[in-house]
Amino acid sequence: MGLVTSPAPVEIERTESAEEVFAVPEPDVPWITIVHNDPVNLMSYVTYVFQTYFGYPKDKATKLMLDVHHKGRAVVSSGSREEMERDVQAMHGYGLWATLQQDRK
Amino acid sequence: MPGIFEPLPGGGAAVALDDVEISIIRSLAVQLLELIGPGPAEDAPDDPLAELFAEGPSEAPTDPVLRRLFPDAYSDPERSPRSPEEAEERQAHSAEFRRYTENDLRARKRESALSVIRSLDTLAPAEKGDAVLRLAPEESRQWLGALTDLRLAIGSRLDITDDDDTDLLYRLPDEDPRKPMVMAYLWLGGLQETLVATLMP
Repeated sequence: MGLVTSPAPVEIERTESAEEVFAVPEPDVPWITIVHNDPVNLMSYVTYVFQTYFGYPKDKATKLMLDVHHKGRAVVSSGSREEMERDVQAMHGYGLWATLQQDRK
Repeated sequence: MPGIFEPLPGGGAAVALDDVEISIIRSLAVQLLELIGPGPAEDAPDDPLAELFAEGPSEAPTDPVLRRLFPDAYSDPERSPRSPEEAEERQAHSAEFRRYTENDLRARKRESALSVIRSLDTLAPAEKGDAVLRLAPEESRQWLGALTDLRLAIGSRLDITDDDDTDLLYRLPDEDPRKPMVMAYLWLGGLQETLVATLMP
């Protein structure tokens, strides 16, 4: 995936250990909001939330809901860390179980 | 038909409820309010900025229901931290997120539960049979939020942790002590399902 659109900072030498590299923020890597399956929330309600909050069309909202239900999780949005914190807070407001993380792959 | 929301022409929803149903929903909403607790401005009601600037907690709640309503934002349950540093980092980020969001989340959940109580309290008593509760679209959304929180709370108390648990609930024998709570849980599910249908975009 081509995500780097600005010139990468020049690195002369990197000598950090693996752990230290891990802790360094990676500004070019987007953050994602993940919704996790729970046995309480109704399928119709989860679809409603995806349509209402994200403005997704019914097909996309339904597909994401089915991913949550069958695979246990779905990435529902991606963007900056601040945006994802907003989305996670909104999901918690709707009673959905959501977390955010950087999309390291 | 009792226990089923129907859309109102022009928006909103209506449901017929009998006295017992009204008192069950009201009592559950009151319990939810008590569980969520008062806001940080409770001690300073004259200071309009107290609520705005009060920091929320850093620690996750110990009560399982509250932990479900206010989960950690940075803890992917299916991906364990790859190092102690990452575990620490996740915890620190979750704590910070909680400080800035939990008060607001609690306030909104309180508002939804209060909205349910208010609308039930203004319900005119039926002369005969069921009373009909009519909700404006905004009230419907408040009800939807409160029904979600109530079902999450009861689901957590009943220890429903995977989809199979729900199937078991349908087959509980009548003498099981959990039976009344299960009946309420399933009935609230029906209310929520039909209320969502009236709100679908």
